[in-house]
Amino acid sequence: MGKTETKIVRTTSWSAGPGCHGGCGLMAHIKDGKLVKIEGDPDHPWNQGRLCARVLAMTQYADHKDRLRKPLKRVGERGEGKWEEISWDEAFDLIEKKMDTIRKDFGPESMVFAAGTGRDIYPWICMLAYAFDSPNVMFALTGNACYGPRLAAVDTVQGDYSVFDAGQWFPDRYDNPNFEVPECMIIWGYNIHATCPDNLFGHWITDLMKKGTKIINIDPRLSWFASRSKHWLQLRPGTDAALAMGFHHVIISEKLYDTEFLTKWTNGHHLVRKDTERTLRESDLTGSGSKENYVAWDPDASEPVVWDTTEVAFRKIDVTPMLSGECEVTLADGCKVACYTVWDAFKAEVNKYPLAEVEKITGVPAKDIAAAARFYAKSKPAAIHWGVAVDMTPALTPLVQAITCLWALTGNLDVPGGNVTARLAFDVAPYALPGSKGAIRLKSEKLDETRIGKDRYMPMNKFYWRSQTDLTFDQIFTEDPYPIKGLWLQTAGVMQGLGMDPKRWREALKKLDFVVAVDIFHTPTTQYADVVLPTGTFLEKDSFRSWWVPLQSINKAMSTPDCKSDAEINFELARRFDKEFKFENLHELFDNILEPSGLTFKQLQEQGWAFPPEGSTSCPYRRHERGLLRGDKKPGFRTPTGLFELWATLREDWDTEPLPHHEEPPFTPVSRPDLAEKYPLILSTGRRSPAFFHSEHRNIPWLRDIDPDPIVEIHPKTARAHDIGHGEWIWIENWMGRARLKAKLTPVVPKWMIMAAHGWWFPEKKAAEPSLFGAWESNINMLIPMGHQGKDGMGAPIKHSMCKIYKCTPGEEVSHG
Amino acid sequence: MAKQSEYGLLIDYEYCTGCFTCQIACAQEYGWEPGMGGIRVQEIVQNLPKDKAYLTYLPFPTELCVLCKPRTKKGLKPACVTHCMSGCMTYGTIDELTEKLKEKPRQVLWAPK
Ligand code: SF4
Ligand code: SF4
Ligand code: SF4
Repeated sequence: MGKTETKIVRTTSWSAGPGCHGGCGLMAHIKDGKLVKIEGDPDHPWNQGRLCARVLAMTQYADHKDRLRKPLKRVGERGEGKWEEISWDEAFDLIEKKMDTIRKDFGPESMVFAAGTGRDIYPWICMLAYAFDSPNVMFALTGNACYGPRLAAVDTVQGDYSVFDAGQWFPDRYDNPNFEVPECMIIWGYNIHATCPDNLFGHWITDLMKKGTKIINIDPRLSWFASRSKHWLQLRPGTDAALAMGFHHVIISEKLYDTEFLTKWTNGHHLVRKDTERTLRESDLTGSGSKENYVAWDPDASEPVVWDTTEVAFRKIDVTPMLSGECEVTLADGCKVACYTVWDAFKAEVNKYPLAEVEKITGVPAKDIAAAARFYAKSKPAAIHWGVAVDMTPALTPLVQAITCLWALTGNLDVPGGNVTARLAFDVAPYALPGSKGAIRLKSEKLDETRIGKDRYMPMNKFYWRSQTDLTFDQIFTEDPYPIKGLWLQTAGVMQGLGMDPKRWREALKKLDFVVAVDIFHTPTTQYADVVLPTGTFLEKDSFRSWWVPLQSINKAMSTPDCKSDAEINFELARRFDKEFKFENLHELFDNILEPSGLTFKQLQEQGWAFPPEGSTSCPYRRHERGLLRGDKKPGFRTPTGLFELWATLREDWDTEPLPHHEEPPFTPVSRPDLAEKYPLILSTGRRSPAFFHSEHRNIPWLRDIDPDPIVEIHPKTARAHDIGHGEWIWIENWMGRARLKAKLTPVVPKWMIMAAHGWWFPEKKAAEPSLFGAWESNINMLIPMGHQGKDGMGAPIKHSMCKIYKCTPGEEVSHG
Repeated sequence: MAKQSEYGLLIDYEYCTGCFTCQIACAQEYGWEPGMGGIRVQEIVQNLPKDKAYLTYLPFPTELCVLCKPRTKKGLKPACVTHCMSGCMTYGTIDELTEKLKEKPRQVLWAPK
């Protein structure tokens, strides 16, 4: 030990640094103000001392020579890489002046605030945007196609989100007497180990496997899970919904569903009118009846019975409504109309997916689907967890519905070891997300009216309060219905990872009057900013996280001179833009947001983390039975019917399909055989690496050593047919463009598909155009379009496109070092 | 106390996920240059009959592994063992680890020093 003491600070990881969605407890060893070591906190219930490679490489990150250490003002042309260092005051003055001009001349909505994946950023970017009075907070991925859409789609039918159960709700975790180990777990399009996405620690699943959980893996690629699974279903990318419907087919025809859940907790017995294909409402029966109440059929009395959604009960006691069958109902105008039940409608939809058909669509043998579906349905309890592959297809809502109905109909919703309803810890909701309006809000609902996509896409209207990315992107060019003049980019690397069609993004950035980028390092994206602000890692900030359970504090362990945390930057500017901003400092704001927990930020910091007690809304299990989900404390769900909706009444109201189903994505050999002739291979992208989080970490030597090159995985037989050898540089090309990646010959991919790594740029190369850190060499997003979002404005074809491959000619290989 | 040469690392490679934590934990602990370190994680893709494959990872202790003597002296576990995401590494005497080795297949016992 040296002369100065080493200070040990306990804190929680979240974003800048490991890049992840966070949650690990760790000890930062600080000496002379510098990070000398990170050590996992063995007492932390989240990770029990374990840590990933990225957070253990923090000493190379926190003190990296290339960190931005001063606010920068652009002095040359955009992309020229010429900057002048300025003070924070100058930077804030400049930003305030420019943005105020935009607000005055074009309105606050002309300023868009863009963020990326689930970092510790959304509360703070909402705080800034809303203080400025702009509703346009944008998650800058095409189709907003990560996580939010899944939340919105699950909320549509279930009113709350669910995740797999690893006892993360309890301080004693797996030892908690209420917890049960799932007998089976479906891992759906998810390589969770590498990056801990969606606020779940990836290796919890490994823990469960050691305790006996058997895996069903759904993935076109042989992952670690696939190798160790009881059933591996290697589907063609983009056909997940057909597979889920195939599961339903087996479960329904073999009567493997949970009848009690079906009859008691779903809208299965609500009636659907044959003439309109819409649910029968009380208002259809009597003039004074409510449109919000639904109707079932009482077979004993041979008459309709009203399901009162305010009471969350039938109007009649002891009624056993018809679950299956037809009936004739007399309407208010005296007409008679034939009706059938939601359950029959659901079954009829499922019947469109006999396994032979599902095999044809997905490529998965029918007998494997049947065996896996049986194993899932017979295992008690069983859980499903899904990855971003589910969002990265345009028809994600019907897909999510199909999967959600699987866990509900098998009786696995909010049961120990099943799919547990996930509420924000103590219902501490910093900002608006599906499920909650949040503490940080726009000053009035009226200000939300100009939010881009709000009127076009109903899920985004109702509970996904972001601007729709593809429409926003277009609007930068068209200026219709109003011009977009400024863009605030924070955790949003649109040029190197988050943006599809990055060449068009470059044009978009160049067209804007004013661009601010907040980052830790220069990236291809920062090259187009007018002002670049240097922010800090998770070690350099105070913050907290209430994303599911537990509630945790992030405690500042060190500071880097002249860098400010994202929250600090946005707080100071929010105060400038909103003369009525009511907080003096960040801790006051934290205290305000944390109020529902009964803890102040200081108290939370002292204890590090807090678990909601038994009986609270954010503590499982079976909360729908115990009246813990709804505001009125009645048993049931937070849906329009108060029930789990097999038939999504919101989607009926929005004139979209109320039932789950499969839709063929836009760029597949099935939907576009013409393109398949020229581009015969399926191009899938985005396989995760434990060394990187999206486009980050290419500049961290220990991590780059693990995964030095942009890799494309090709089956050895496919490679041989193209005369491509292991380690050779190849071009991947389609109608949009081409990218150069290094071939890895491996049988983990099928012969008909290649898997290209995403997020590649080369921090070691020159920043200024035309090099742009090698942005145009290997970024696979150059082959993926914008503007193909799904019918809900959510979801996009990111993981399934088409391509051809060929060897680079000598001299074309990427060189770097 | 047993001599250094009597200690080893038991790896349950059924559960090694290839997270590379051990490799970086060692690099952090001893400040190794990129490309060096006490342990290197290998990916092993096994080709099986009928066009099947199996994916395995295995951490291999190099000439540079000192079995974390500076840590174990203080009663701490080796850096790689402490942080291993799967909890699939065990440090102990060769005798203890040999007993554990008998309990389950798909394990390997390294005696690097
Ligand atoms: S990626 Fe996982 S292990 Fe690493 S810091 Fe984040 S939550 Fe922890
Ligand atoms: S035991 Fe210590 S020295 Fe050996 S590989 Fe693990 S961390 Fe490195
Ligand atoms: S830390 Fe553990 S799980 Fe990760 S690569 Fe090393 S041995 Fe495998």
